[in-house]
Amino acid sequence: MDAIILQILNGLDKGSAYALIALGLTLIFGTLGVVNFAHGALFMLGAFCAVTLNALFTLSHQVIDPSRTDFLGNPLRVEIPYLVEWFGEATGNAIIDWSVPLSILIAIPVMAAIGLAMERGLIKHFYKRPHADQILVTFGLAIVLQQVVKYFYGANPIPMPAPDAFVGTYDFGVLLGFDPFSIMYPYWRLVYFLFSLVIIAAVFAFLRYTTFGMVVRAGMADRETVGLLGINIGRRFTIMFAIAAIVAGLAGVMYTPIVAPNYNMGMNFLVLSFVVVVVGGMGSLPGAVLAGFMLGILESFASMAAVIDIVPGINQVIIYLVAIVVLLVRPRGLMGRKGVMED
Amino acid sequence: MLGLNKKDTGLFLFVLALIVFAPFILNPFPESSDLARFNAGYPDLMQRFVIFGIFAIGFNILFGLTGYLSFGHAAFLGVGSYAGVWMMKLLTVNIVPALIAAIVVAGIFSLVIGYICLRRSGIYFSILTLAFAQMSFALAYSVLTPITAGETGLQLSLADPRILEAANASGTIPAANFFGLEMRSGFDWAVGDWVFTFNFGYYLCAVFMLIAFYISIRIFRSPFGMMLRAVKSNQQRMGYTGLNSKPYMLAAFVISGMYAGLAGGLMVAVDPLAGADRMFWTASGEVVLMTILGGVGTLLGPVLGAGMIKYFENIFSRLNESDLNALFGFLPDFIQAPLVTVAQMFVGDGWLMTLGLMFMLIVIFLPGGLLEGVQRLGALVSRKKKTNEPSQPAAAPAE
Repeated sequence: MDAIILQILNGLDKGSAYALIALGLTLIFGTLGVVNFAHGALFMLGAFCAVTLNALFTLSHQVIDPSRTDFLGNPLRVEIPYLVEWFGEATGNAIIDWSVPLSILIAIPVMAAIGLAMERGLIKHFYKRPHADQILVTFGLAIVLQQVVKYFYGANPIPMPAPDAFVGTYDFGVLLGFDPFSIMYPYWRLVYFLFSLVIIAAVFAFLRYTTFGMVVRAGMADRETVGLLGINIGRRFTIMFAIAAIVAGLAGVMYTPIVAPNYNMGMNFLVLSFVVVVVGGMGSLPGAVLAGFMLGILESFASMAAVIDIVPGINQVIIYLVAIVVLLVRPRGLMGRKGVMED
Repeated sequence: MLGLNKKDTGLFLFVLALIVFAPFILNPFPESSDLARFNAGYPDLMQRFVIFGIFAIGFNILFGLTGYLSFGHAAFLGVGSYAGVWMMKLLTVNIVPALIAAIVVAGIFSLVIGYICLRRSGIYFSILTLAFAQMSFALAYSVLTPITAGETGLQLSLADPRILEAANASGTIPAANFFGLEMRSGFDWAVGDWVFTFNFGYYLCAVFMLIAFYISIRIFRSPFGMMLRAVKSNQQRMGYTGLNSKPYMLAAFVISGMYAGLAGGLMVAVDPLAGADRMFWTASGEVVLMTILGGVGTLLGPVLGAGMIKYFENIFSRLNESDLNALFGFLPDFIQAPLVTVAQMFVGDGWLMTLGLMFMLIVIFLPGGLLEGVQRLGALVSRKKKTNEPSQPAAAPAE
């Protein structure tokens, strides 16, 4: 039992990332009808927002500390971040420590700007083109974005620290009444899971309870009629694209302490996220979220040693297998609407 | 000629000439000049031109004619490679069994995958093929390591049985050959400052590409090809006329899979090493790009596209800072330095950036590929002519 709970927990953080990316993909597909292969790159750009902010925060200069000496007896030169100098020891270090969560504040406007620029500059011209063209042009864009990041940040993964308060693991075993140390779970992954729930809830609430969201939902159902009512649905869809970009970016920001970001992290997620979208049902938001978590957990079950012993290699292919079965048996996906892209 | 009409014969002879004279065409710059680094006339690269030409021609039979975008075609190339190396390990380093096995195994593999994937169309088809290719890639890296040798890649070794060959006493691994003619044999021909390399492996691959090209012309002009085009324009209507398009689609899929297998077999014939990275989805994306770049659904397009991509990949990725400095050396320093810095983003490791940009520009501005660009230019010129001499009849619309 404890092993099963552990695997479910292990699947949650990856599942959260899948769910967030798939949610954005579905938003874009549902509103604009565009298949966005550059969405993984947006996830990656979000992660690099965090890297950039962390680098900015830790900018430092050398000062001579007269109270200490090095081994030659000279006054010691120490690197002091500007932040520490400006805000004092405690505040400055706290800001640096919390750089990843703070990056959210930067990532929102940055990702919104990137999303708007992308939609207005490129995607706009591809509404009427076949899906194949959309796939290809966004695929090209993804390569370019990756290479730009690689040019500025290098090819190596850049490890990012989680805030000190979230370093370490939480013992679920004690909480749930199993043996201590049987279910250890890193705090940050728990944070990531809760964060993704908050984002998902926010997106759903936004669509459900605001007038803007209502118009968008109406537009998703019947774009033409909404347009005939005198609503500029195109502009609202553009904003939805920006929101999808923000969701992907935030997923990337918070993922950095879990896996050190490098320039092609997005591509690995993208292929799987597409599979997630298809399993959940093209154009179905709850489907994307559900399938994201489900496949994340399924993947972590498949990588249990006991399972691999029975079916070697299953952990590598489980998601694809599920996708193949779903596509063949129920092509509209788990929660897809009837008739949406069902051929 | 050979059942081709006049226009196609011309096209075929054009490709034939391109291939035969490639060692000259690709080496336009004398060895000692700065521009010699743009020469592409060395065997390794020329072989890749024709091998990927075959791959792209095959892909075009599926994508160009039927409009089904497969994002997992590299899997067939990879499977063909593995089958080829295994034949060379088990039977003989003569490449004939390797090629046959590569085509047959890739054909069977694509039959199975095609049968499943073709039950869906549009983006679902793309994702299904992608899923299968990624699955093959993941399996080749992990569970199938005894067959694929995992990360190291499958290669020949001295201990291989090679049952069709006489005992090998030399203590070295025999070289891949075609009935005794070694793939890497060849000769250089120096004319003044130019050196032209003629390589047997290249010409053998070239012969295969010509055959592949010929078959593709025949398919394009056949009733079968017509049927595939009908699928592209309206599959539903095909169904309503009472015609089952599935077998045609599957045949097209298998044919293009066999082309990919042949390409994979030739790859190991010239260099007996097969790695799983050949099946990675970026490799599938590359062949899509080749086809798009040249011109989807045209006969010549994929060949040109494959050549261009491989040229850029090899030449651009080889350039480095000192090369760029030498190239822009004629400029004043204050222009040269920033220019080199900017250009560096696009060469060496950054050549993928060039690839991505090219990809976007082509899809945005020239969805019909380079051939469409040439046709548009041609149309522009002929229109100008028409305004000058209004009596002249308009040029026949290009295909």
